[in-house]
Amino acid sequence: MHTRTLAELSAALHAREVSSVELTRHFLARIDTLAEKLNAFVTVTADAAVAQAEVADAVLAAGKAGPLTGIPLVHKDIFCTRGVRTSCGSRMLDNFVAPYDAFAVERLAGAGMVMLAKANMDEFAMGSSNETSWYGPVRNPWDLDKVPGGSSGGSAAAVAARLAPAATGTDTGGSIRQPAALTGITGLKPTYGRISRFGMIAFASSLDQAGTLTQTAEDAALMLAAMAGHDPRDSTCVDEPVPDYRATLDDDLEGLRVGVPREFFDAGLDPANGAAVQAAIDEFRKLGATVEEVSLPNVGLSVPAYYVVAPAECSSNLSRFDGVRFGHRAEDPVDLEDLYKRSRGEGFGAEVQRRVMTGTYVLSAGYYDAYYLKAQRVRQLIAEDFRQAFASVDLLLGPTTPTPAFALGAKTDDPVTMYLNDIYTIGVNLAGLPGMSVPCGMVDGLPVGLQLIGRHFDEARLLNAAHRYQQATDWHRLAPGGDFA
Amino acid sequence: MALTRHEVENIAHLARLRISEDEVPGYVENLSRIIDFVAQLDDAETDKVEPMAHPLHMTQPLRDDVVTEEDQRELFQINAPRTERGLYLVPRVIE
Repeated sequence: MHTRTLAELSAALHAREVSSVELTRHFLARIDTLAEKLNAFVTVTADAAVAQAEVADAVLAAGKAGPLTGIPLVHKDIFCTRGVRTSCGSRMLDNFVAPYDAFAVERLAGAGMVMLAKANMDEFAMGSSNETSWYGPVRNPWDLDKVPGGSSGGSAAAVAARLAPAATGTDTGGSIRQPAALTGITGLKPTYGRISRFGMIAFASSLDQAGTLTQTAEDAALMLAAMAGHDPRDSTCVDEPVPDYRATLDDDLEGLRVGVPREFFDAGLDPANGAAVQAAIDEFRKLGATVEEVSLPNVGLSVPAYYVVAPAECSSNLSRFDGVRFGHRAEDPVDLEDLYKRSRGEGFGAEVQRRVMTGTYVLSAGYYDAYYLKAQRVRQLIAEDFRQAFASVDLLLGPTTPTPAFALGAKTDDPVTMYLNDIYTIGVNLAGLPGMSVPCGMVDGLPVGLQLIGRHFDEARLLNAAHRYQQATDWHRLAPGGDFA
Repeated sequence: MALTRHEVENIAHLARLRISEDEVPGYVENLSRIIDFVAQLDDAETDKVEPMAHPLHMTQPLRDDVVTEEDQRELFQINAPRTERGLYLVPRVIE
């Protein structure tokens, strides 16, 4: 059961081969025995899941079911889920029970999906290895001594280990695509503004975007169809029509113009990763695409620009955590300043504090122009590079990460070393473009991801390209064996 | 460009974060590394470039000024650490 894709499970449910309750219990049983090895979840909602599955079975029996009805999933613990703890991987929200559902949660519940659990994540979505969580690190099911990537590490590990057919995640600098690459699954970050951020705990407001982690592009398309849409409760989301992503999945790639950014094949790219990505690009040639080299001259400044903009925005967003209205509160504060400082000092981990302080610094009087405005101008340059590239090609292909999964603890000494893991993904967030990662190879038993980048709101083309690649190759079918078989 | 201890303590104060004495050197080192790292941005030629605040250059959408929300204070105060008569309790601010 658990090796099947979401689309295959949907067919099985609709053919009444299996019930949603059976499916849900199957995944809950796996979670019960295997989740601990990965530390993939913060909260498991077993009883509620079975109740939701019963409702889904009634809908299926009445012939009113859609493609997602009765399918189990896990939500990254950054999405508010009414009546269920929503921790954001932080001590600050360990006691926070969300009073409402996020838009993404509403939409997927409305489509009949069954929530199994809240997935572990880097604290406040800040991290590239899922090592900053208050609840401890998540492990990679391919090698338990390796990281799964982050910040959506729990979501990725769960889908990779087949503890759930699908998961939601968020991506601010690569936090869906990078863990998807390191765990051998398909990750989709839609265009900024495609999915409402209502109820999605904010890290960096101009960069954050909800997305999906699944086994396949087809599965991602089914979820995106339910998640995409306008919402007046998020004033940054865009009122753009939602195409029928499924309808164009099988389109021929003949004549598709692919660009490969030369800057992504630099000295920092592990040669074995590079070879796997080049082999994937060759597959696209076989599928009828033309491939040319393009240049993104300013993309090398993505990581520094991001590490000004994102901390600045996070310092502002995290100022709401003050021990007064919700979240962790320090005991016996002597005065208001003590309440704020100790609640926040105790509630936030080291990486979060580093980023809040970096943000505070770059926004402070005398530094705002030199750092924050400068970074926003560089951001414009990077976005312009992508615009230029898309004048002559329809899709960009390249590596998702510079290396396969690294060892737990290997990069925690120097924050900058950790930041450089997102070197190929971050520019996409700065420009607000949609991006995906799909499995394209294995290196010493660890997965390698191929990144696909499209124009704004061109998710249909991304999904189509990824789907055709997955019809021609088998990398996405590989799953960690051993305990997780 | 290394940050000084004094600067880091000031930043922590502005951010309302309590960091302990023995944590300060670690923050000085890490924040200095980060600030050094982002200094690369100085190399970019950005004189005639507009800062980008929103990737799709949107501006704030407006709606009619009518009341659309209901009072849900009880629901929202479920997570409040200390309340009394619907008010949030904090240490005395005004002498």
